[in-house]
Amino acid sequence: MNIHDIIFWILSLWAIVCAIFVVVSRNPVNSVLFLIATFFAISGHYILMNAQFLAIVNIIVYAGAIMVLFLFVIMLMNLNTDTEPQKSRLVHFAALISAGSLLLVILSAFRYANLTQVPITDAGDIGLIKVLGKTLFEHYVLPFELSSVLFLAAMVGAMVIGRKEVVEEKTK
Amino acid sequence: MSIDTFLILEKLVLVVIIIAASMGIAAYSTWAERKVAAVMQDRIGPLRAGPFGLLQPLADGGKLFFKEEIIPDNSTKWLFMLAPAMFIFTALMTSAIIPWGPDFVFNTADGARTISLQVADINIGILYVFGVVSIGVYGIMLGGWASNNKFSLLSAIRAASQAISYELALGLSLIALLMLTGTLSLRTIVEQQHGFWNEGYFTWNVFKQPLGFIIFLVCSFAELNRAPFDMPESESELNMGYHQEYSSMKLGMFLFAEYINMFISSAVLATLFFGGYNFPGMDAVQAAVPSGIFALICVGVLMIKVIGFILFFMFVRWTLPRFRFDQLLNLGWTKLIPLALFNMMVTGAVILFVLNKK
Repeated sequence: MNIHDIIFWILSLWAIVCAIFVVVSRNPVNSVLFLIATFFAISGHYILMNAQFLAIVNIIVYAGAIMVLFLFVIMLMNLNTDTEPQKSRLVHFAALISAGSLLLVILSAFRYANLTQVPITDAGDIGLIKVLGKTLFEHYVLPFELSSVLFLAAMVGAMVIGRKEVVEEKTK
Repeated sequence: MSIDTFLILEKLVLVVIIIAASMGIAAYSTWAERKVAAVMQDRIGPLRAGPFGLLQPLADGGKLFFKEEIIPDNSTKWLFMLAPAMFIFTALMTSAIIPWGPDFVFNTADGARTISLQVADINIGILYVFGVVSIGVYGIMLGGWASNNKFSLLSAIRAASQAISYELALGLSLIALLMLTGTLSLRTIVEQQHGFWNEGYFTWNVFKQPLGFIIFLVCSFAELNRAPFDMPESESELNMGYHQEYSSMKLGMFLFAEYINMFISSAVLATLFFGGYNFPGMDAVQAAVPSGIFALICVGVLMIKVIGFILFFMFVRWTLPRFRFDQLLNLGWTKLIPLALFNMMVTGAVILFVLNKK
């Protein structure tokens, strides 16, 4: 076992334990914090694979921005264990079905997984920013641009929804 | 062992020196802030503790250490304790990638050894700073929320929305600079700004990206929660802001971390836009003195720039009144972001048509 393997197992254990606590913990703020810890473990995996750019983008975008917004919403709504709304039986059922189908997908993926393979560490320099940028803009320009248009559409959509409320308030 | 022990020792010494220096400068920034405020308001400022009141930071630190520590009954205790630790931790972390001076050669018994005055020259460079800055806001948010006080919570939410809004403009203004430098590594960015004048133009980035620099500077004020953008702290509306429920050294850590942040962001500003440790006529100096002394001179030059920025932050604080919160968000979203995008387009056009780079 070399140092890479040891770090890999520590990070994996960290990620899995934190991910379990995201689901298990009753307090939504704790859930969000465990999710942030999970993102850090995943960033650690990226660094282990020498994908430094992905690691830092994961931290900036997910841990730094999206999770702050999550926390923001939870703090504003002031969700506590006492005020947690009771969900209907239908929602429970839907959750069961979706989680079950996800489990099926994962299990079927595991069937073809090569479990004897050692964890990949240091996957060349594909994750470094120069190589990644060249790959994105030489081979995948169209998907890249299309996904940015998609993001733009989502942004405009969010603004339209936000604007409507303001107009309604003014007319009252 | 693939990493030699001397390297670890060398980095350890560097880390200890940088952290000690950050702490020291942060402590004396509090003194300087009071003196600057005093001068600008025609007062005397701290005077009793030591000559010119120079021992005032020590007295304040001692006072904070010995004060009674109060943890509110209805707070979330572990988050209440974690928040100031996280805030000061992220404040100190950024200093790892700043090149404080040029490499110098150190003669040992085994032969010459090149020592770098930068803890880590990582591939992602400046993005690391963004990563740390983006998680830095958790300290404020968790502290404000865990206190279970509505003023603290309001302040925490203000801080988060302010930080997220201004991170965008900060990043966009930096992209234009990175298009020119073609690298993320702070070390390479500093080396490109060697000297002061080269091939008929200034080498410092502030002369190549004046608009980018101004946007970056304004956003730094917002990210640092400094006046005129000190909305999270605005004492006249929110009593004291997110650290209202904190006492003793936990409060001290919040206040201290803000000054460390100011020091580090001054260093980042100096490194990115004002040539880092470079100064006019450095080649002549380099030829005249041994490399160790030259490195020290360079560190001194960087420190002068950093202190200049810190003083600038202070002058602004005591000159401008506080913005209103909606004005702040308007400035960020409707003025700075379009301005940064415009700057980016102009830079791209200049690179393509004037400099003919491909």
